[in-house]
Amino acid sequence: MNFELSDEQRLLQEAARDALSRRPTVAAARDALDGGERLDLWDTAREAGWPGLLVGEEHGGAGLGALDAMLVAAECGRVLASASLLGHVPATALLDATDDGQGERLEHLAEGEARAAFVPARPPSHLDPEWTVEAQRGHRRRPAPRLDAAGRLSGTVWWVPDAPGADLLVVAALDDEGSPAVVVVEDGAHIEPVTRYDATRSLGHVQLDGAAGERLDAGEDRLRSAWYLAQGLIAAESLGAVEAALEMSVSYAKERFTFGRPIGSYQAVKHALVEVLRLAENARALVYYAGWARQDAPAEFALAASAARVAAGKALDFASRELISVHGGIGATWEHDAPLYFRRAQLSRRLLGGDAGAADRVAEELLEAAGQAA
Amino acid sequence: MDLNDTPEQAEYRARVRSWLEEHRDEAPVLGGRHRIADQEEAVAAHRAWQRKLAEAGFVGVAWPKEYGGQELGPLEQVIVNQEINRAGVPGILDAIGVGMLAPTIIAHGTEEQKQRYLAPMLHADEVWCQLFSEPAAGSDLAGIQSRARREPDGSWRLSGQKVWTTNAQIASFGLLLARTDPDVPKHKGLTVFIVPMDAEGVTVRGLRQITGEAEFNEVFFDDVHLASDAPVGAVDGGWKTALTTLMFERLTIGGGSEGMGYRADRFAQAIASDEAAAADPDVRQRLGEVSTDLLALRFMGYRLLTAIQRGQIPGPEAGLGKVTAVNAAIRAGDLVGDVLGPEALADGEWSYLISFLPGLKSAGGTEEILRNTVGERVLGLPPEPRLDKGIPFSELRAKERDYTGTVAATAGAAGATR
Repeated sequence: MNFELSDEQRLLQEAARDALSRRPTVAAARDALDGGERLDLWDTAREAGWPGLLVGEEHGGAGLGALDAMLVAAECGRVLASASLLGHVPATALLDATDDGQGERLEHLAEGEARAAFVPARPPSHLDPEWTVEAQRGHRRRPAPRLDAAGRLSGTVWWVPDAPGADLLVVAALDDEGSPAVVVVEDGAHIEPVTRYDATRSLGHVQLDGAAGERLDAGEDRLRSAWYLAQGLIAAESLGAVEAALEMSVSYAKERFTFGRPIGSYQAVKHALVEVLRLAENARALVYYAGWARQDAPAEFALAASAARVAAGKALDFASRELISVHGGIGATWEHDAPLYFRRAQLSRRLLGGDAGAADRVAEELLEAAGQAA
Repeated sequence: MDLNDTPEQAEYRARVRSWLEEHRDEAPVLGGRHRIADQEEAVAAHRAWQRKLAEAGFVGVAWPKEYGGQELGPLEQVIVNQEINRAGVPGILDAIGVGMLAPTIIAHGTEEQKQRYLAPMLHADEVWCQLFSEPAAGSDLAGIQSRARREPDGSWRLSGQKVWTTNAQIASFGLLLARTDPDVPKHKGLTVFIVPMDAEGVTVRGLRQITGEAEFNEVFFDDVHLASDAPVGAVDGGWKTALTTLMFERLTIGGGSEGMGYRADRFAQAIASDEAAAADPDVRQRLGEVSTDLLALRFMGYRLLTAIQRGQIPGPEAGLGKVTAVNAAIRAGDLVGDVLGPEALADGEWSYLISFLPGLKSAGGTEEILRNTVGERVLGLPPEPRLDKGIPFSELRAKERDYTGTVAATAGAAGATR
């Protein structure tokens, strides 16, 4: 029994924290809201070797596992860093999983000379039997892009993380027979950059009006796995943000006095902060589970990554509100960092199928298993 | 990360599993429709089952060999528990004695006490109970009022009342916390005693709960005579002794939620059998959220086991798992109940679960006291100012009365100004 990080993983974590500490990420998050440019940390990511985390060593990558990528994502989330990993890592994982001569392309991507973005589609479920993508607005999801017999893609995918500026897109699509297909697009996609509420996230509306695609020899399982990898990464980012929010809240609760004593001595405040800790530890256990399952129990990966997303999303939602409350009025001002974490929570919970979609997937997986057992 | 056993652990697990497979038919049925209805018969059968497990070497796995244990690690004990769960047979009758009280005696007792009490406990010839909580002292355990006075010949006289005592009605002995010096601050004048439950002046009364069953007892002590060798650990040093018990209690409760049967798949099974519910987005949403918490518990449990295997002692944060377990199980019970309708409240599995959980919330310490402990010891938040610090126990009552008077006067004054 060993369900803890290895020494190497702790080193990876520390190195990431150290590398990110040299950049003013949180201040930049506010500047970007005020019209400044988003602080793009791709150069930091390259120096640290993050673009190749999930690329095999034979292609110049680090050949590490999902948990390692999630640990780096958590460190990014902790300081609201924008390092394009949410788009790049699942894309490279998909390419790495195919056998058909992606070597040279992977080497560029692992080096960080080129950047990829995963254009995701949500796998079918009992309630929604289609592969679907985010809609521009509203509750109804849109069908995944179509790949015709001539190898041309059509369709639009909204709110794609890290799509603007990507050198290539790895698109989850359906072929003319309705089977899932992994398609690489280098040119011809129209990407409209968008930011919403949390200016640290680079999002894009991806329009594929007949863009030429290169279909990869990757099966449906791989495509599903990429979706859940994205779920696991966003969960890890949220967990990191929760850790930071808790630390800020606790340190303020120790130094702010009312009625002659620190506010952290009052049960009302103390219990709320312990609740943040409880939610964070639940999320951490599930982030580890997801990272472990992708390699060691692939049949559980959908369940694990979705559960991690639900737990971490809930934790960040609560932690970011509590961060504001503990600080009182000052916590809700533009100058304070608390609203930046609140913005992160508000956008994250609505991306990539949403936290609610992940909760439905947890139910789906358990109900399926229960049905099979009966 | 590796959830697999080491080769040695795998070998041990295989040994436990094959023994259980071979002896499964000898295990008594203590739950469900086919359980042994007669209480006394059920206890006798449970005793016999613990004896069999003990003879096979699966009780007190981590105890020293000289007292009948196997001197293996805590992880081997966990393996035994896991295999017992897997086999669907009952665990031991005296989990409290073997898991919490014996380690206290081993740590603080005299050699005579160890020789006299441990082996009969292991074989369930003598069952034990824990006599700590009182009607007016639970979370604030050091506030207990049961009083033991020393006689000129060195023996003791005990009077007082204990409550929430599991197994008191069948116990031969209890480990009891009493006040031996009221004139010092409350943590200082306490002593732990071994009390024979058949002594004159001991009265046990069943305490029925919401479920309708009496899982606990009240125990009354009316001038009970205890021999001079009854104390465990130092006289007036009982708080330290009691903390050992509480630490093992945490170890027993932590990571035990799956053992209690609060598993995500169990609730999913109940919902999956109702087609309309399984396709209802709201039901699925609630199931997904509650299952997430239950899954988190399983993997927090693995982290806890890893720590134990590395020789670390779990800190108070392990107690947060109980908060998650109880509250998730409450929500899951509500969900299954909502799906099944009033029929869920008919006597049986779900009605029992729904009724059992409100009380479990306070078991092993209330949520509020646990959050205080974790807030102060893990997050490092400052404690609340205390009114009892450094004050002799005998003066506390008067101080509490003063406080009540002040509060009443303040409220009166506020009323008058309105």
